[in-house]
Amino acid sequence: MPDAPGLELIAHEINGRHQGAVVGSTYEHGQAALLADKDRIREVLAHLRDSPGHEYRALTSLHAADYLPAEPRFAVHYELLNMARVERLRVKALVPDGGDGTMPELDSVVDLFPTADFQEREVYDFFGIHFRGHPDMRRILMPEDYVGHPQRRDFPVGGEPVIFTNTEDSVPGWTK
Amino acid sequence: MDVERTKLRGLSPLEEPRSPEELRVRQLKARDMLRGDLEGADLDRYVESRVLTTTLERAQNWARGNSLFPATFGLACCAIEMMSMVSARYDTARFGAEVFRASPRQADMLILSGRVSIKMAPVIRRIYDQMLEPKWVISMGACSSSGGMFANYAVVQGADKFLPVDIHVPGCPPRPEALIYGILKLQRKIFGEPDLGWRRRYEAYGTEEEERPSKAGPLPIERVGATPAAGIVEGRGPAPTEAELHTAPTHPELTGHEAEDAFEEAAEDERVRPSRPPSGWGGDA
Repeated sequence: MPDAPGLELIAHEINGRHQGAVVGSTYEHGQAALLADKDRIREVLAHLRDSPGHEYRALTSLHAADYLPAEPRFAVHYELLNMARVERLRVKALVPDGGDGTMPELDSVVDLFPTADFQEREVYDFFGIHFRGHPDMRRILMPEDYVGHPQRRDFPVGGEPVIFTNTEDSVPGWTK
Repeated sequence: MDVERTKLRGLSPLEEPRSPEELRVRQLKARDMLRGDLEGADLDRYVESRVLTTTLERAQNWARGNSLFPATFGLACCAIEMMSMVSARYDTARFGAEVFRASPRQADMLILSGRVSIKMAPVIRRIYDQMLEPKWVISMGACSSSGGMFANYAVVQGADKFLPVDIHVPGCPPRPEALIYGILKLQRKIFGEPDLGWRRRYEAYGTEEEERPSKAGPLPIERVGATPAAGIVEGRGPAPTEAELHTAPTHPELTGHEAEDAFEEAAEDERVRPSRPPSGWGGDA
């Protein structure tokens, strides 16, 4: 894990090669994260994978988070690993909501990291983020006819209301 | 042959002889019978003491209840308890429910041992549909009974939303003893003497969803050429239509002895034939 100055160096280096690809960085709890422009995430990841001195060849995890009501709303997290140095780096792509009912979109990195295939499908399944260029963009865990993306924060939790003695006043349709 | 009807209690041939002399008497009688020396009333009594009479339905239910074959089907952590149920420590072989069949075609009991996700529900329904009648379902644990702690978008809130469940076993997970207790309850239901549970506590008899069979089991007897006398033998003919079900008064319940007497009365009549077998107790889909 690069330390905070090292992270700044990495961000500076990438911005030198790819102007504006890295929009910021955070260093919290000893964990380094680069914030990347969502349309240039492939440039950032390809650079970190291939350039000498970095060589983060493994993508250990790809996942998403919904930061509602923050804006931009979603972030897709890429956890990179250099196995020789046992060094990890997190890259976040900030993805705003599509608006007007359209899906937020992002470039797929399956050709850079084949392991991203199923994980991008999972992100699509649970957060409704579409990955451009993915070979097989469909649901992976939920049933194919499922409506909605259940890990979004505005998705109802589900279950059924259960009446306990301490909730009987608040359950609709139930009077003493 | 004029059969002497006596209660068979205490006359079982399986009963241990009380003394060596009695054993000798039995042996000699058996020898006489085999030689053909036993005649008349002696022969009748001998045959009678070695024959157990019952209705076919009761014998059938007895066999079914004591040879429940569960499907090899585990859903979650409850399945661990379900598996240990057949181990030597708990030994459900004592109650004839230890043969986990690898195919639903050979199983007649489905134990839902764990949470049922919405993606698993159609699979379970298919397995249930593949099982042959009669078949029973035990919902094991809080999750399959009500969703349990999984009050979320992915889990069915109670497996009885998509298939008929006979027994709910509470617990998280239930211990193997609890599951065996559920199987014993299911056996009583199969034998035609279901435990009424909360209905007994609140005296809510007659509110069952299914028709409760009389204690002696269903009696498929009807007299040829005559309508059965009301209140004696309730023949189960063709299934009533839905309208009849709603309007007809409930059938008079026969207690065990009344039903037995009625059966014997009917059996003495030569002009007796059994009607079609009644629809079984174990619910259809």
